[in-house]
Amino acid sequence: MPPTAPRTALLTRPRIALLVLLAVALALPTVADWMGEPFYVRLATRILVFALAAVSLDLILGFGGMVSFGHAAFVGIGGYAVGILFAHQSDGSTLFGFPGTVNGLIVWPLAMLAGALAALPVGAISLRTTGVPFIMITLAFAQMLFYLMTGLKAYGGDDGIALWSRSTLPAPLNINDHTTFYYVVLGLLVAALALGWRLVNSRFGRVIRGAKDNERRMAALGYPVTRYKLVAFVIAGALAGLAGALLANATMFVGPQYLHWSRSGDLIVMVVLGGIGTLIGPVLGAAALLLLEEFVPELMDLAHAGLGEHWKIVLGPVLILLVLYARKGLWGVVAGRRP
Amino acid sequence: MSTPLLSTDSLVKRFGGLAATDGLSLSVAEGELHALIGPNGAGKTTLIGQLSGELTPDSGTILFDGRDVTRLPVHKRAQRGLARSFQITSIFPSFTALDNVALAVQAHAGHSFRFWRDAGRDRRLADPARAVLERVGLGARADTRADALAHGEKRQLELAMALATRPRLLLLDEPMAGMGPEDSARMVELLQELKGGVTILLVEHDMDAVFALADRITVLVRGKDLASGTPAEIRNDPAVREAYLGDELEVA
Repeated sequence: MPPTAPRTALLTRPRIALLVLLAVALALPTVADWMGEPFYVRLATRILVFALAAVSLDLILGFGGMVSFGHAAFVGIGGYAVGILFAHQSDGSTLFGFPGTVNGLIVWPLAMLAGALAALPVGAISLRTTGVPFIMITLAFAQMLFYLMTGLKAYGGDDGIALWSRSTLPAPLNINDHTTFYYVVLGLLVAALALGWRLVNSRFGRVIRGAKDNERRMAALGYPVTRYKLVAFVIAGALAGLAGALLANATMFVGPQYLHWSRSGDLIVMVVLGGIGTLIGPVLGAAALLLLEEFVPELMDLAHAGLGEHWKIVLGPVLILLVLYARKGLWGVVAGRRP
Repeated sequence: MSTPLLSTDSLVKRFGGLAATDGLSLSVAEGELHALIGPNGAGKTTLIGQLSGELTPDSGTILFDGRDVTRLPVHKRAQRGLARSFQITSIFPSFTALDNVALAVQAHAGHSFRFWRDAGRDRRLADPARAVLERVGLGARADTRADALAHGEKRQLELAMALATRPRLLLLDEPMAGMGPEDSARMVELLQELKGGVTILLVEHDMDAVFALADRITVLVRGKDLASGTPAEIRNDPAVREAYLGDELEVA
């Protein structure tokens, strides 16, 4: 057994790593501005949005052992909540008697509600199983929703909905300004991480983690395990819905491809890459995946024109090496082995 | 005689053509330590499965505390005070020994839809958990991860978790399985202390332990109750000697 670090130490390696990450995140727009590369702020915003989605997946995958292969569906549904209300706002029509709106204080909570409401039946049915059947059923539900959105001609069908205005927030917050939007997303991500941290360490979180370790024993102790897992699944769905609302604002577009199974796969890759069951790890995972996706193809094209489209040939070995040599992913590498 | 705490009436469980439990009627009185013995394949594990709720009998009923629990799911039986330990150690490997027991305390403390407070600093969980760990002799190992415990310690932890739910009935499925003589002796000592305070149904292969501990013994052979009685009665029962004890002696 390695000796455990004294509990009184204030600056442990994970804490230092967290502070550095936060400092980098806070300084990023200023640095990008100084470098004359405003594009980096938009890229970083995208990273934070996907980080939020990946963190929500980690809550159920990393802590609850629920390998949901359909998590992008809840992201997509959150995005569509924004897109659909925008569409009604722009043509002045109503939805169930209500006018459309682009007010973020209404639309974003509704996106979370939509994510949660979608996760409820999906979870209630798929949590009757575990292991591979659970993976397949969540995947099947997500694909059903994908095709549903594809067929939803009233809201663009295949083409999705192009947004020509972002959600409005109370003054002075104007997310049409890239830097403001970046900080809003950062604030929401930090809030989600704090919430997640409380959650996994609460009594509720212990039940979820216990169920991951040994579900049979949990039942023998008297826990109605499925009920707790379902609540966790719904919470994750709500956070994914919020990520979807932010994604719609970041790209000014929503479409069925947001719900596609490959997006769910990307989210799992982010969680695995960053560190399963670490909460903060998936943020690193999202950054790593999106940065690789952004820059590796460019570099490969430099070496040989056209090579860039095969960039995943680089991603594969990186993933394999991390899974083999860093059990807690990138966060494990950064923060060291935690006791 | 007062109503037994646990009883089964004509319980039957078949796997294909094999009747693993064959019309079994068993009763465990409040406060007693009732041992269940029988050769391999006698249906002991199948019976424990049905009592705890993991298996549903094909026919017959199970009464616990005067109520029919035959079709009640596992967690509801546990909530009513029917705790079990597992033959193959079943703990939470990534939790510390203390947190393993704290989870059991928490199970007894009502619902766990509490999302905010840090459960690790909740003394209402940690204090009772520590007390139970002390009781089974694991106090010094409280902060060790469960998967790093020695085999004997894991068995003690297994028992601690069952105890921490403050059960009315403990179903102990071979608590001494795989233990060396020293650990076994400690476990016997521990069960001796628990005896009387909590009703226990003990399934065990260690005959010395069974005859030292039990108030009553039921001998199970091919899913049927071959004999029930005090240790002395069982020891002198010719049918038991023929069907089981003699057998066992030869093997040993």
